[in-house]
Amino acid sequence: MNQRARLSFLVTQILIISLMIALFGRLFYLQVGAGGKYRDAALSIQSRDIVNPATRGLIVDSSGVPLALNRVGLAVTVDRSIVDKQTDQGAAVLMRTAKLLGLSYTDVYRQTRLCGELQKGNQLGCWTGTRYQPIPITKDADPNKALQIVERSDLFPGIDAMPLAVRNYPGLGGVNAAHVLGYVGPLTDADLSGANGKHYYRSESIGKAGLEFQYDSYLRGTPGIRTVIVDRKEAVTKESQNTQSIPGNHLVTSLDARLQNATESALANAVFRARSSGYRADGGAAVVMDVKTGRILALASYPTYDPNIWERGLTVKQAKDLFAESTGVPALDRPLQGQYAPASTFKSVSLVAAANAGYNLQATYTCPAQVTVGNRDFQNFESKAQGTITMKKAIAISCDTIWYQIAYDEWIRDGGLRPKSNAHDYFFAAARGFQIAKKTGIDLPSESVGRVPDRQWRSGWYLQNKDYFCNYQSRAPKKQQTAFLVALAKENCTDGNFIRGGDAVNFSIGQGDTVLTPLKLTQMYAAIANGGTLWSPTVAKAIVKTDGTVIKEVTPSVLGKLPATSATLSFLRGALREVVISGTAAGTFSGFPIAVSGKTGTAEVFGLNGNGSKKDNTSWFASFAPSDKPKYAVVVMVSQGGFGASTSAVGVRKIYETLFGVIGSQVDPAKGLFPDGPPTKLPNISATTKLSEK
Amino acid sequence: MEGFDPFLTIAVGLLLIIGTLLVYAGTRSWYASVGLDPQYYVKRHIFNILIGAILAFGTTIIDYRLLRAYTPIVWGLGVLGLIAVLLPGISTEINGAKAWISLPGGFQVQPAELAKISIIIGLSMILSERTHDSNQPTHRDVLQGLLIAAIPIALILLQPDMGTVLIISASVVTIIAVSGASSRWVAGLLIVAVVGGFTAVKVGVVSDYQLKRLQSFVDPTVDPQSSGYQLRQSRITIGSGGIVGKGLFKGPQTNGRFVPEQQTDFIFTVAGEELGFLGSGLILALFFTIFMRGFRIARRSQDIFGRLVATGVIAWFAFQAFENIGMAMGLMPMTGVPLPFMSYGGSSMFANLIGIGLLQNVHARQRG
Repeated sequence: MNQRARLSFLVTQILIISLMIALFGRLFYLQVGAGGKYRDAALSIQSRDIVNPATRGLIVDSSGVPLALNRVGLAVTVDRSIVDKQTDQGAAVLMRTAKLLGLSYTDVYRQTRLCGELQKGNQLGCWTGTRYQPIPITKDADPNKALQIVERSDLFPGIDAMPLAVRNYPGLGGVNAAHVLGYVGPLTDADLSGANGKHYYRSESIGKAGLEFQYDSYLRGTPGIRTVIVDRKEAVTKESQNTQSIPGNHLVTSLDARLQNATESALANAVFRARSSGYRADGGAAVVMDVKTGRILALASYPTYDPNIWERGLTVKQAKDLFAESTGVPALDRPLQGQYAPASTFKSVSLVAAANAGYNLQATYTCPAQVTVGNRDFQNFESKAQGTITMKKAIAISCDTIWYQIAYDEWIRDGGLRPKSNAHDYFFAAARGFQIAKKTGIDLPSESVGRVPDRQWRSGWYLQNKDYFCNYQSRAPKKQQTAFLVALAKENCTDGNFIRGGDAVNFSIGQGDTVLTPLKLTQMYAAIANGGTLWSPTVAKAIVKTDGTVIKEVTPSVLGKLPATSATLSFLRGALREVVISGTAAGTFSGFPIAVSGKTGTAEVFGLNGNGSKKDNTSWFASFAPSDKPKYAVVVMVSQGGFGASTSAVGVRKIYETLFGVIGSQVDPAKGLFPDGPPTKLPNISATTKLSEK
Repeated sequence: MEGFDPFLTIAVGLLLIIGTLLVYAGTRSWYASVGLDPQYYVKRHIFNILIGAILAFGTTIIDYRLLRAYTPIVWGLGVLGLIAVLLPGISTEINGAKAWISLPGGFQVQPAELAKISIIIGLSMILSERTHDSNQPTHRDVLQGLLIAAIPIALILLQPDMGTVLIISASVVTIIAVSGASSRWVAGLLIVAVVGGFTAVKVGVVSDYQLKRLQSFVDPTVDPQSSGYQLRQSRITIGSGGIVGKGLFKGPQTNGRFVPEQQTDFIFTVAGEELGFLGSGLILALFFTIFMRGFRIARRSQDIFGRLVATGVIAWFAFQAFENIGMAMGLMPMTGVPLPFMSYGGSSMFANLIGIGLLQNVHARQRG
């Protein structure tokens, strides 16, 4: 061998050894380094989970009447993985299916698109699940039509029909309760990603709103999983596990179907009354609470919708209507999410503030037609002077000017526009004591929080809006350049970061920037009634297994005490009783055989409706009864509903009629709903429980 | 006479045994599931090994120096087979390549496999003939040798069978290098190989089918249903075996036939899944042993011819094993070449064992 041959021979050996080392390294990486990753990948290739969803638990009222149950529906589904591969992306097949089922093609098209596939603003009715599961376009198909689809699979490739458990809200006794119950729907990719720490199976349905959402982990149960090993052609070669599904647990609520229905119709009735008096009355809320526990007995929002539309498959119109202003935004849960100025119902807070500031509740005060604060005159309601009156009467007839004077005096005492560092802020402190700027903590999702426009809020607000107010004439649209608004902007620009006299005065009668939810006001009046305890309201009472074992009892919790002495509260209760005896609500409750205490509220609302008309007043009535031994707090609110007494108080009276069994001016205790108080024992749960007749 | 190299014999024997088990593992549940004899493949595989062993033994006992005399006949037969395979009516087309000649009884012959031997022997003969005093082949010798190699390579290119062309070309360059030819030849040939491969892809000598395979090597998502799919499945199957494997006959990927051609081109995936890192590592170690023993035989050969033949055979085995296992593990593009001694397939088995016979032959007649 010559030198070169020897060298080449050596290089060849080195080359081949290197190749072997490369193979060995790669093998080590694949099997030892990344083995786990590939093992998972192989498992997902070989195994198929067939998910048998668990039967969802029932939601029942306090006596066992089902509010949510399950039935078998016939679903027609679209398999995107098949129709997308058709030359026209399935247009012809979807059109044929829509025609057969009597649906609109636009609806079917949107129902089968992921929300992200549709343009923004055009996503209503979109599929919130994933692309990899059959997408139902209806769950209530006519069996004959479904049969046609199954038999003519050549005409309907990618379309299938199958029986499916459907969540059903039976509406026994006329109950709607759409907002409280919520609805169920498909899992989204975000749910499946495990970002919320929960593990789901693709074909499961989960609660999307209301109690269905809040107690989903109890209601849903555990699906049965049959895992099979398949080969490349998807033929099953082996079963690797098979677990039975565990049905979901039942949810017992403190709601009462009869009361819920009565509350819903009383609210609707109040809205219609307001409309017949010429008010816009675009929505309302009604809450019935057990004052001793904070448990919710009824919760209604108007306008509402049929909770079953979600499972039937929303049409584009239905989806649009849920959020449209023309239909009154039925999706909005007004008792929890609506924020309104409390107006005169807030005077209960002001009374506590005055008492804490040392004002004598037994003394008399003047109730003039107006009080001048700075350069503005603040009018009494309807600008009437009432002379010198007691504090009790001031509450009863809802005198505003008394509060203007007290609030203004206190504001001056706290330093006016140059606030003292140790300002007492009795009014703000009382509002904070009623926890207006905190959530009630109800066991329902998406609760809004109220607002107390105190000094801290004011300076934050100023920082955000200063620029706008100080450049109002160049920034604001022409239409808003009226002399009054320009002057207001100038004022806001110079000292908007301070609580001004006008702000303090407005605050004392629940106007201005103060807002709260109807549920919050109910919680506050329940606390006045029960001696000062603020309860965190609850809808759920217990979680019960299908065999009757109680898994979890939901016990109400105390959030705090009202910042008032028992003497103050006792005075306040007397004054609220006087409202109904001789004050603003006397007419509405005249001859009513149950002693009711309460407060009317008529809140001015600034701004315009969509059609340019001025907004009507918010009508409130907040109450509790019986006055001597309060059991229930009832609040009705009708937005743009006019006067508190003539609209909402009537609704409240109707609710009490059902609660206590009032017929005309007589009480028939046997016809009352809870002769021995709301049930404390848990009911037997059965899907076939009927509403008892009373 | 030194007799057989025992290490080489044992290593090859073990690979044959493991290969037989893997062929059985890769086909038994599949054939059973369609109602056929689950031992169909393994029986034929054993039969192939037996014929191959007889051929190897025959190759060993004839003095390789005598072989030189028959070289023109061996080469000529190889070229004839390669021409025949291109004729319509004689060839069977599989996966777009005309590589097989059908024989009665369901047997098929792949002339390209046997042509490898013709080329190695032919080239070694030309480059070891010394018609002058120099200790290295002349340019004329190299040119002659290249012609000897180029004719069968061109015929294989026409099938087309790119994998075999690559492996033969690599062996040819190795033989020329080790023959002591001018290094300009070696450098030039390497450049020609690179430029040639590049041009082939560009001007479309490489068929769409081959291009797709190459592309999917670069980007496995190009065609998820075919070659990219196969490469991914193959990697997953090997990776899922882990350290100890799923156990022989127990691999769910193998039994589900997620990797195609798992008794032939992708047999290494069966080893990966069922025998794990320990078993697959042993296979690599056995190949390594064969190569090292082969180099030892080449080094100790009495003459240049013996050394070139041994080196050529080792280069062939090594490049083919690297291409096959590298493909299964995603290191190399997908070209359908069998794994020596393990893949199911008669022609390949015969050629491999004849190659071992050649090594043993050179070993038997080496210097003391």
